[in-house]
Amino acid sequence: MTVRVQADPFDLVVELGSFAAGRSDVGAQVSFTGIVRDDTGALQHMLIEHYPGMTEKAIGAIEATAVTRWNLKDCLVIHRYGALRPGDQIMMVATAAPHRADAFAAAEFLMDYLKSRAPFWKQEVTAKGADWVAAKDEDEDALKRW
Amino acid sequence: MIDILYFAWVRERIGIPKEKLDTQAATVADLVEELKAREPRYEAAFGDVSALRVALDQELANFDAPLAGVREVAFFPPMTGG
Repeated sequence: MTVRVQADPFDLVVELGSFAAGRSDVGAQVSFTGIVRDDTGALQHMLIEHYPGMTEKAIGAIEATAVTRWNLKDCLVIHRYGALRPGDQIMMVATAAPHRADAFAAAEFLMDYLKSRAPFWKQEVTAKGADWVAAKDEDEDALKRW
Repeated sequence: MIDILYFAWVRERIGIPKEKLDTQAATVADLVEELKAREPRYEAAFGDVSALRVALDQELANFDAPLAGVREVAFFPPMTGG
Protein backbone atom coordinates (compact mmCIF):
# COMPACT_ATOMS: atom_id res chain seq x y z
CA MET A 1 0.00 0.00 0.00
CA THR A 2 1.39 3.35 -1.02
CA VAL A 3 0.24 6.93 -0.48
CA ARG A 4 1.94 9.88 -2.14
CA VAL A 5 0.82 13.47 -1.72
CA GLN A 6 2.86 15.77 -3.93
CA ALA A 7 2.90 19.03 -5.85
CA ASP A 8 4.81 17.53 -8.77
CA PRO A 9 3.15 15.83 -11.73
CA PHE A 10 3.29 12.04 -11.95
CA ASP A 11 3.88 9.85 -14.98
CA LEU A 12 0.98 7.44 -15.31
CA VAL A 13 2.93 5.05 -17.53
CA VAL A 14 5.83 4.87 -15.09
CA GLU A 15 3.51 4.44 -12.11
CA LEU A 16 1.48 1.67 -13.71
CA GLY A 17 4.64 0.01 -15.01
CA SER A 18 6.09 -0.35 -11.53
CA PHE A 19 2.84 -0.87 -9.59
CA ALA A 20 2.56 -4.47 -8.35
CA ALA A 21 5.34 -5.37 -10.80
CA GLY A 22 6.88 -8.80 -10.57
CA ARG A 23 3.98 -10.37 -8.68
CA SER A 24 2.56 -13.65 -9.87
CA ASP A 25 -0.55 -13.58 -7.63
CA VAL A 26 -2.18 -10.59 -9.39
CA GLY A 27 -4.60 -11.28 -12.20
CA ALA A 28 -6.29 -7.88 -12.36
CA GLN A 29 -5.11 -4.32 -12.14
CA VAL A 30 -7.47 -1.33 -12.25
CA SER A 31 -6.52 2.32 -12.35
CA PHE A 32 -8.39 5.60 -12.26
CA THR A 33 -6.94 9.01 -13.10
CA GLY A 34 -8.59 12.29 -12.10
CA ILE A 35 -8.01 15.22 -14.46
CA VAL A 36 -8.71 18.95 -14.06
CA ARG A 37 -11.88 19.63 -16.05
CA ASP A 38 -12.94 22.99 -17.41
CA ASP A 39 -16.70 23.05 -18.05
CA THR A 40 -16.96 26.71 -19.06
CA GLY A 41 -13.67 27.49 -20.77
CA ALA A 42 -13.00 30.11 -18.09
CA LEU A 43 -10.86 28.09 -15.69
CA GLN A 44 -7.33 29.45 -15.39
CA HIS A 45 -6.25 26.98 -12.79
CA MET A 46 -7.41 24.82 -9.93
CA LEU A 47 -5.76 25.46 -6.57
CA ILE A 48 -5.69 22.43 -4.32
CA GLU A 49 -5.04 22.88 -0.62
CA HIS A 50 -4.52 20.03 1.83
CA TYR A 51 -3.76 19.28 5.46
CA PRO A 52 -0.19 17.93 5.55
CA GLY A 53 0.03 15.02 7.95
CA MET A 54 -3.67 14.31 8.16
CA THR A 55 -3.91 13.83 4.39
CA GLU A 56 -1.42 10.96 4.36
CA LYS A 57 -3.00 9.39 7.47
CA ALA A 58 -6.55 9.66 6.13
CA ILE A 59 -5.64 8.12 2.76
CA GLY A 60 -3.63 5.40 4.51
CA ALA A 61 -6.67 4.58 6.66
CA ILE A 62 -8.91 4.39 3.58
CA GLU A 63 -6.42 2.04 1.91
CA ALA A 64 -6.21 -0.08 5.07
CA THR A 65 -10.01 -0.43 5.06
CA ALA A 66 -10.00 -1.40 1.38
CA VAL A 67 -7.45 -4.13 2.02
CA THR A 68 -9.63 -5.67 4.74
CA ARG A 69 -12.76 -5.57 2.59
CA TRP A 70 -11.46 -6.92 -0.70
CA ASN A 71 -8.85 -9.43 -1.70
CA LEU A 72 -6.24 -6.89 -2.75
CA LYS A 73 -2.56 -7.53 -3.25
CA ASP A 74 -1.59 -3.88 -3.50
CA CYS A 75 -3.01 -0.39 -3.87
CA LEU A 76 -1.60 3.00 -4.75
CA VAL A 77 -2.97 6.51 -4.29
CA ILE A 78 -1.19 9.60 -5.63
CA HIS A 79 -2.85 12.98 -5.06
CA ARG A 80 -1.42 16.33 -6.09
CA TYR A 81 -1.84 19.75 -4.51
CA GLY A 82 -1.00 23.28 -5.59
CA ALA A 83 -1.92 25.07 -8.81
CA LEU A 84 -3.07 22.76 -11.62
CA ARG A 85 -4.24 23.66 -15.11
CA PRO A 86 -7.13 22.22 -17.13
CA GLY A 87 -6.04 18.86 -18.51
CA ASP A 88 -3.50 18.26 -15.73
CA GLN A 89 -3.68 15.03 -13.79
CA ILE A 90 -4.90 15.63 -10.22
CA MET A 91 -4.71 12.16 -8.76
CA MET A 92 -4.63 8.47 -9.45
CA VAL A 93 -5.72 5.28 -7.78
CA ALA A 94 -4.52 1.80 -8.70
CA THR A 95 -5.55 -1.55 -7.29
CA ALA A 96 -4.13 -5.01 -7.88
CA ALA A 97 -6.05 -8.18 -7.03
CA PRO A 98 -6.24 -11.81 -8.07
CA HIS A 99 -9.62 -11.11 -9.71
CA ARG A 100 -11.11 -8.07 -11.42
CA ALA A 101 -14.26 -7.73 -9.27
CA ASP A 102 -12.13 -6.93 -6.20
CA ALA A 103 -9.86 -4.59 -8.17
CA PHE A 104 -12.79 -2.60 -9.63
CA ALA A 105 -14.80 -2.42 -6.39
CA ALA A 106 -11.82 -1.40 -4.28
CA ALA A 107 -10.84 1.32 -6.79
CA GLU A 108 -14.38 2.76 -6.64
CA PHE A 109 -14.40 2.56 -2.85
CA LEU A 110 -11.05 4.38 -2.67
CA MET A 111 -12.32 7.10 -5.01
CA ASP A 112 -15.60 7.58 -3.13
CA TYR A 113 -13.79 7.95 0.19
CA LEU A 114 -11.04 10.20 -1.20
CA LYS A 115 -13.72 12.60 -2.46
CA SER A 116 -15.12 13.39 0.96
CA ARG A 117 -12.81 11.94 3.63
CA ALA A 118 -9.36 13.04 2.51
CA PRO A 119 -8.61 16.63 3.60
CA PHE A 120 -8.30 18.39 0.26
CA TRP A 121 -10.09 21.57 -0.80
CA LYS A 122 -10.33 22.81 -4.36
CA GLN A 123 -10.53 26.40 -5.49
CA GLU A 124 -11.36 27.36 -9.07
CA VAL A 125 -9.54 30.44 -10.32
CA THR A 126 -10.96 32.40 -13.27
CA ALA A 127 -10.53 35.98 -14.52
CA LYS A 128 -13.41 36.92 -12.18
CA GLY A 129 -11.67 35.63 -9.08
CA ALA A 130 -11.37 32.48 -7.00
CA ASP A 131 -14.24 30.28 -5.81
CA TRP A 132 -14.06 27.36 -3.40
CA VAL A 133 -15.63 24.22 -4.84
CA ALA A 134 -18.53 23.16 -2.61
CA ALA A 135 -18.82 19.54 -1.53
CA LYS A 136 -21.68 17.77 -3.30
CA ASP A 137 -24.43 15.90 -1.46
CA GLU A 138 -24.09 13.03 -3.92
CA ASP A 139 -20.44 12.58 -2.94
CA GLU A 140 -21.51 12.10 0.68
CA ASP A 141 -24.39 9.85 -0.41
CA ALA A 142 -21.96 7.73 -2.44
CA LEU A 143 -20.39 6.49 0.81
CA LYS A 144 -23.65 4.84 1.87
CA ARG A 145 -23.32 2.08 -0.71
CA TRP A 146 -20.20 0.82 1.04
CA MET B 1 -1.93 25.06 24.95
CA ILE B 2 -3.41 23.69 21.74
CA ASP B 3 -2.64 24.35 18.09
CA ILE B 4 -5.63 25.44 16.06
CA LEU B 5 -5.44 25.10 12.27
CA TYR B 6 -7.76 26.58 9.67
CA PHE B 7 -8.12 25.50 6.06
CA ALA B 8 -9.77 26.76 2.86
CA TRP B 9 -12.42 29.46 3.38
CA VAL B 10 -12.25 29.08 7.15
CA ARG B 11 -8.60 30.15 6.94
CA GLU B 12 -9.53 33.03 4.63
CA ARG B 13 -12.27 34.34 6.92
CA ILE B 14 -10.15 34.14 10.05
CA GLY B 15 -7.13 35.50 8.20
CA ILE B 16 -4.49 33.13 9.59
CA PRO B 17 -3.66 29.46 8.95
CA LYS B 18 -2.70 28.57 12.50
CA GLU B 19 -2.61 29.84 16.07
CA LYS B 20 -1.91 28.65 19.57
CA LEU B 21 -4.51 29.02 22.28
CA ASP B 22 -4.51 28.50 26.00
CA THR B 23 -8.08 27.33 26.55
CA GLN B 24 -10.17 25.69 29.22
CA ALA B 25 -12.82 24.65 26.69
CA ALA B 26 -14.10 21.14 27.48
CA THR B 27 -15.42 20.32 24.01
CA VAL B 28 -14.99 21.45 20.42
CA ALA B 29 -18.33 23.28 20.65
CA ASP B 30 -17.09 25.15 23.74
CA LEU B 31 -13.93 26.12 21.88
CA VAL B 32 -16.00 27.42 18.95
CA GLU B 33 -18.04 29.59 21.35
CA GLU B 34 -14.84 30.91 22.93
CA LEU B 35 -13.40 31.82 19.52
CA LYS B 36 -16.65 33.41 18.28
CA ALA B 37 -16.67 35.70 21.32
CA ARG B 38 -13.19 37.02 20.48
CA GLU B 39 -13.64 38.92 17.20
CA PRO B 40 -16.14 39.25 14.33
CA ARG B 41 -13.84 37.35 11.92
CA TYR B 42 -14.36 34.21 14.02
CA GLU B 43 -18.11 34.74 13.97
CA ALA B 44 -17.83 34.98 10.15
CA ALA B 45 -16.08 31.61 10.04
CA PHE B 46 -18.09 29.77 12.69
CA GLY B 47 -21.54 31.27 12.10
CA ASP B 48 -22.91 28.00 10.76
CA VAL B 49 -21.00 25.04 12.18
CA SER B 50 -23.15 22.63 10.16
CA ALA B 51 -21.07 23.85 7.18
CA LEU B 52 -17.84 22.91 8.97
CA ARG B 53 -15.86 19.82 9.83
CA VAL B 54 -13.39 19.37 12.67
CA ALA B 55 -10.38 17.11 13.16
CA LEU B 56 -8.74 16.38 16.53
CA ASP B 57 -5.10 15.33 16.27
CA GLN B 58 -5.69 14.71 12.56
CA GLU B 59 -8.74 12.46 12.96
CA LEU B 60 -12.24 13.58 11.99
CA ALA B 61 -14.38 14.23 15.07
CA ASN B 62 -17.72 15.69 16.13
CA PHE B 63 -18.36 19.10 17.64
CA ASP B 64 -19.40 17.52 20.95
CA ALA B 65 -16.06 15.67 21.25
CA PRO B 66 -13.99 16.38 24.40
CA LEU B 67 -10.72 18.30 24.05
CA ALA B 68 -8.92 16.66 26.99
CA GLY B 69 -5.45 15.57 25.84
CA VAL B 70 -5.91 16.99 22.34
CA ARG B 71 -2.91 18.86 20.93
CA GLU B 72 -4.14 19.90 17.48
CA VAL B 73 -7.60 21.02 16.41
CA ALA B 74 -8.37 21.78 12.77
CA PHE B 75 -11.45 23.46 11.32
CA PHE B 76 -12.32 23.25 7.63
CA PRO B 77 -15.20 23.03 5.15
CA PRO B 78 -16.41 19.65 3.84
CA MET B 79 -13.57 18.08 1.88
CA THR B 80 -13.40 18.03 -1.92
CA GLY B 81 -10.69 15.56 -2.84
CA GLY B 82 -10.45 13.24 -5.81
